[in-house]
Amino acid sequence: MRIRRIAAIAAVALAFGVAACNSDSGNNNNAGGSTATGVVGKAQRDKKLIIGVKADQPGLGLQTGTQYEGFDIEIAKIIAKGLGVDAANIEWKTTVSANREPFIQQGTVDLVVATYTINDDRKTKVSFAGPYYVAGQDLLVKTDSTIAGPEQLAGKTVCSVTGSTPAKRIQENYKDTKLQLFDAYSKCLPLLENGQVDAVTTDDIILAGYASQAQYAGKFKVVGKPFSTEPYGIGLKKDDKSSCEKINDILKAAAADGTYKAAWDSTLGKSGTPAPTLDTTKLTNCG
Amino acid sequence: MSTVLYDYPGPRAKRRNVVLTVLFGIAIAALLWWVYQKFADAGQLEGRLWKPFTEAATWRNFILPGLRATLLAAFTGMILSLAFGIFFAVGRLSEHWWIRLPVGAIVEFFRAVPLLIMIFFIFYGVPFLIQGPVPIFWALVIGLTLYNGSVLAEAFRAGIRAVPRGQSEAAYAVGMRKSQLMRYILVPQAARAMLPVIVSQLVVLLKDTALGYIIAYPELLQRGVNDLAANFGNVIQAAIVVAVIYIIINSLLTLFANWLDRRTRRLGIRVPGGTGALRTTGAVDGA
Amino acid sequence: MHVFFEQENLDAYLSGFFWILKLTGASAVLALGFGVLLAAMRVSPIPVLRGVGTAWVNIFRNTPLTLVIFFSFFGLFSTLGLEFSDELDTNQFWLGVVGLSAYTAAFVCEAFRSGINTVPPGQAEAARAVGLTFAQTLRIVVLPQAGRAVIAPLGSVLIALCKNSTIVGTIGLLESSNIMKQLINDNGDAVIEIFLVFAGTFAVVLIPTGYVFGWLANKLAVRR
Repeated sequence: MRIRRIAAIAAVALAFGVAACNSDSGNNNNAGGSTATGVVGKAQRDKKLIIGVKADQPGLGLQTGTQYEGFDIEIAKIIAKGLGVDAANIEWKTTVSANREPFIQQGTVDLVVATYTINDDRKTKVSFAGPYYVAGQDLLVKTDSTIAGPEQLAGKTVCSVTGSTPAKRIQENYKDTKLQLFDAYSKCLPLLENGQVDAVTTDDIILAGYASQAQYAGKFKVVGKPFSTEPYGIGLKKDDKSSCEKINDILKAAAADGTYKAAWDSTLGKSGTPAPTLDTTKLTNCG
Repeated sequence: MSTVLYDYPGPRAKRRNVVLTVLFGIAIAALLWWVYQKFADAGQLEGRLWKPFTEAATWRNFILPGLRATLLAAFTGMILSLAFGIFFAVGRLSEHWWIRLPVGAIVEFFRAVPLLIMIFFIFYGVPFLIQGPVPIFWALVIGLTLYNGSVLAEAFRAGIRAVPRGQSEAAYAVGMRKSQLMRYILVPQAARAMLPVIVSQLVVLLKDTALGYIIAYPELLQRGVNDLAANFGNVIQAAIVVAVIYIIINSLLTLFANWLDRRTRRLGIRVPGGTGALRTTGAVDGA
Repeated sequence: MHVFFEQENLDAYLSGFFWILKLTGASAVLALGFGVLLAAMRVSPIPVLRGVGTAWVNIFRNTPLTLVIFFSFFGLFSTLGLEFSDELDTNQFWLGVVGLSAYTAAFVCEAFRSGINTVPPGQAEAARAVGLTFAQTLRIVVLPQAGRAVIAPLGSVLIALCKNSTIVGTIGLLESSNIMKQLINDNGDAVIEIFLVFAGTFAVVLIPTGYVFGWLANKLAVRR
């Protein structure tokens, strides 16, 4: 009798727990594009999107207080607009390099526009639209450093972020370089300033963003010899081919009608570099 | 004053104490001065690195939202840990071996696994299993609950067993069943004696929420150090400010715990078996 | 289980745990020594030492270990220039040990203080009345009794230290939690096995340790 009562209470508690868990993940699942038309369908139905971006990369994706600013943000707004979602209805989510794939796979975000390099390894887990920009891995060194390229990194210490392609490339191709990994680039910079690391490595455009910040003005320089190509893509759920193609169409339109150039000019273009031309022939990653 | 280690100081001891005080005072001051110089040399004391903290916007946009997220995770974790703790403590005291042993195994297991590994598993691993997202908040809170709940379960068990046997015997003599005994006699008394332990464990919980930044939960470390530093380039300064905030909050909580302890001590509820050791076990175990 | 049959993964797993063991061992020794020193400082009649001890304990007990390790790296190493080695991971290791020891010493100090407080003051006064010096009182009367009272809390501190050593991974050391994260990311289909192996290793080491300390504490408890 007593045991039956205890069992009843336990069952009710369990039901509540399961319901609570489900309502959390259930919402996310519905929002995560499990319907046939994926992101496009979700945008049309809910008129809302959750987009994952970086929060600590000046010029590309930086969270300044309550707003996010940067080139990636502007591209994301263009895409959302093309899918029928107003900029005000975008929910921005901070992602770090290591959790971009889990976020997409789990449906925590609908799209990822976060200096997301397209490569085959990642293509096994997510799909990519774009590329909307092609960067290159480069090195950030002190202004008076003699390092002029990755060949001179033997025996030196390089700093990067866990889970990023630049870090992996150093690990695989430059095995005699010491690699210091953190969770954020902002932690690499004071080490560079004090000389504990000889270089910081990631995409050249990200490095330029850091080098041009007021507090580091004149202390660092980007070596200027990119030794890889890093095509930035827009990450979305794997096999969501129709949305992928639609996003590529939006990018092509943006290249044609000047909104791409405007996005550049208002963010990275402020340093004086002219806007690159978006090569629409390369938008073939949807597979 | 005579303590266990040191006796009342006689005239020679008093002289020696004064000399040692002066010597150590100078040594400590010299050490602090050296640290200060080194920081100044490295440029860490420059005004512009500290200035953001005098602006209200910095607090409003970075630190306070981070603090709110930390407190939210901590208090949710606390409530769930309490429920978990009481439930599993009572379970472990059950007379039925088929309840006692599994519950005991669960509690021992979660006390032994590092919190970081549990959080990683829940956030990165579980989604592969349930084919759905695990929200960052719940990954952190569930990990915290499992660990702190187990510690509390052990503390509650000790507390329940510390209630004088006469109480249980009297209850049985009056005809109460085990569940009534627990609910009306043992748990209330144990809970009151365990209040200081619970609050100390809350301190541990608060400190453990800092692990959330590794999975990019926007708590105080993530917002106040990473994001803030990405904007202003002042990693070390931000970390110092955030550390001071933690110290203040945790100190307040510890003072609260001590006050509670004095109050319950006065009310005559004692946990025999060495209050000092027992209390230290509770607080220290979390470390 | 197939994940761990690959040599590369097995090596990574073992190296990760090797780091954890080394961190725990080195930090335990340093924390014990420094913790005892702190306890002595906290009860000493010299105000400066008392102040330093109290400040140390209050700061390190109330700061998350994540921040302590952070400051060990960015404060001690980056700003103050305290470098232990040219080798990256050795340097990270020792900086981690310093951070862990400083943090754990605060808890060891509190454990010892409560242990000392279990010794009735009458014992010390009787010892002094009989003419024992400070060192003799400590060695013959106080420490044997206090030592036996602190075994249980020290056991908890040691277990907590072992688990906390995973946090040194935040400055880049490739210890168990970082290795586990890598393995999970690369082998999404074997998540449960990976977790069980890593968690299981900790459980297999720490649960018996807890029981041993409990048994030891009971066996050596001072019966008054």
